[in-house]
Amino acid sequence: MGAGVTVKGNKMKSFQRRRLLVAGTTIAALSLVLAACGSGNDSGSGGDTKQQGSPAAVDEALKAGGTITYWSWTPSAQAQVTAFEKAYPNVKVNYVNAGTGNDHYTKLQNTIKAGSGAPDVAQIEYQALPQFALPGSLVDLRQYGFDQFESAYTPSTWAAVHAGEGLFGLPQDSGPMALFYNKEVFDKYGLTVPKTWDEYIAAAKKLHAADPKKFITNDSGDAGFTTSMIWQAGGKPFSTDGKNVTINLADEGSKKWTSEWNQLVEGGLVSTIPGWSDAWFKALGDGTIATLPTGAWMPGVMEASVKAGAGKWRVAPMPTYDGQPVTAENGGSTQAVLKQSANPALAAGFVRWLNNGDGVKTFLASGGFPATTADLKAPEFVGKKSAYFGGQAINEVLTGAASTVAPGWSYLPYQLYANSIFGDTVGKSYQAKSGLDGGLKAWQDALVAYGNQQGFQVNG
Amino acid sequence: MTKSKPSRLLTGLMVLYLVYTLVPLVWLVISATKTQDDLLSTPGLWFGDSFALFSNIKETLTYNDGIFLRWLGNTLLYVVVGAGGATLLATAAGYGLAKYKFAGRRAVFAVLLGAIAIPGTALAVPTFLLFSKLGLTNTVWAIIIPSLISPFGLYLMWVYASEAIPFELLEAARIDGAGEVRIFTTVALRLLAPGVVTVLLFAVVATWNNYFLPLIMLSKPSLYPLTVGLTQWNSQATGVGANPIYNLVITGSLLTIVPLVVAFLLLQRFWQSGLSAGSVK
Repeated sequence: MGAGVTVKGNKMKSFQRRRLLVAGTTIAALSLVLAACGSGNDSGSGGDTKQQGSPAAVDEALKAGGTITYWSWTPSAQAQVTAFEKAYPNVKVNYVNAGTGNDHYTKLQNTIKAGSGAPDVAQIEYQALPQFALPGSLVDLRQYGFDQFESAYTPSTWAAVHAGEGLFGLPQDSGPMALFYNKEVFDKYGLTVPKTWDEYIAAAKKLHAADPKKFITNDSGDAGFTTSMIWQAGGKPFSTDGKNVTINLADEGSKKWTSEWNQLVEGGLVSTIPGWSDAWFKALGDGTIATLPTGAWMPGVMEASVKAGAGKWRVAPMPTYDGQPVTAENGGSTQAVLKQSANPALAAGFVRWLNNGDGVKTFLASGGFPATTADLKAPEFVGKKSAYFGGQAINEVLTGAASTVAPGWSYLPYQLYANSIFGDTVGKSYQAKSGLDGGLKAWQDALVAYGNQQGFQVNG
Repeated sequence: MTKSKPSRLLTGLMVLYLVYTLVPLVWLVISATKTQDDLLSTPGLWFGDSFALFSNIKETLTYNDGIFLRWLGNTLLYVVVGAGGATLLATAAGYGLAKYKFAGRRAVFAVLLGAIAIPGTALAVPTFLLFSKLGLTNTVWAIIIPSLISPFGLYLMWVYASEAIPFELLEAARIDGAGEVRIFTTVALRLLAPGVVTVLLFAVVATWNNYFLPLIMLSKPSLYPLTVGLTQWNSQATGVGANPIYNLVITGSLLTIVPLVVAFLLLQRFWQSGLSAGSVK
């Protein structure tokens, strides 16, 4: 110990300087914060620095090889990277799981703001794509001729990888919504599978009256769920051309949804267990939650993590307002190339392999639900019987859902922020068990104010 | 002094508080003995059908090629270098500010108070942008360098050194011919020991629990400390492709707090004397 301390003692004089340095750093950091507050939306790189690519450039880049970094949290990512490196031995992919969802986006946004440290390729959920694409942080893949792949994907996912005019990724998975229901609970309480939302509410009342501990579903306020439900009702609350934004969370579709869903919330007919909590996984297994209207990727989650529900669950098409089949997307991701990439052609080549090449096979093998029409139509995929779902060929229902997604939806160019304040606005209506329209209005007001601060022209 | 009767009300309140403090710990220990399935199917405050503590520990240490051990090593590195360094700097600086008169001392004091008032979390993003310019993000330095600065520790050492070291002692040492460095290492440090331990404990706890800074600075899982790593495991339970491993998150949390509990038990003696020192003067 003595030696170490002596060294310290010798350094004492320089300590003063160091302390001042720290003080200076603090002040510099403070002024950075202030600057960040004042300047509003940083539109990223700006200027026309994008490289002009071509389809041939991608093949050349793959042949020449190089190293790229890939950020993703999908379960299949590691296996896909391994398979890709085997197919293209010259290319090295540094795979990094930088976090799930918001953690990942925070880091991505920070590296974009800092101007360095971003990966070449990143997983981005459809709902977050406009937020990164519109300020110019992503590479428009049309220069590599990727617009020719349109026919390979479902129309809803193809629309989801566009922002403005640009094409900013290729769809990896999709989440057309269906109604997952616990048949054991349905049989016990004499419920029939609802075809309309009116029937769904009737079933909710019957179930809860028969056993007050059981609920038709859980919903404590989830932005992703609410936007998908408005989407299914035909609502188009958000529209943008990149500069001008229109928000109307009281449009016809939104009202159609709240007129049904308010009955469930006000009547205390939905469980308030938050989604993805341990209590939620438990409730899915023991029958407390009788149905889940959610994306087609849910079976993989249930098989792996709700073992107590094995054999009890089935899948049916989403209830609708008039009995005509229509659904919405919930969740799903694309892979995008970052403008910061030093080798965008190679990065684009990796994206092409992932979502329009052999990468799809690895993805399917891991239990994912594809966005590619060929795989959605493949008889072995459609006809596959699932033991967990009592031998039901669930993909018949789920692929049917994939072809009935309502068109014309778009997310906000600051959807991640919007989702983050959902609990403070609409969430309060849920807590008060009051109508959701007031909460949606508060959400809209907050989003209009925020958008204007960020430099958008927002009408709401 | 008359002997006062123990107050029943106070005792009752203390018992309540004790229960309040211990219940989460009890829950953690019990839950760490359950499998993922038992966690979701048995009551929280009693044991499940199986006793899986050892298999949980084994799985925690081996999951994802043993990344947990890597995170533990990272946390230890950040704590030893960061908290250790912060303690050394705070001790030396606190002593210097307390026992030497020089121009600018008041300015340092003002900056110091300001620095204590600003929570580290508020500075995380600006620090990130700064470090990014220096090319230090995604390296261990991004965590260690900010951890080296402990304004509160410095303040504590300053106050402590003012009280604990009589000027007469330093004068005597100088008359005996000791240099300033020698005075610091052989005379001052010994008197400061309780204060040093207090600051060390503060710094260790702060660094061990450091979450937001590494969350922002690091994107390589191989550099994560335990806090960020465990959160990543926890958030695996969310969304498309969700793969909850609550049993590993819980067992990992238990393993994470064990070293801190041990550190407190070992250093408790010094800690108490450190807190009460100066209170009677």
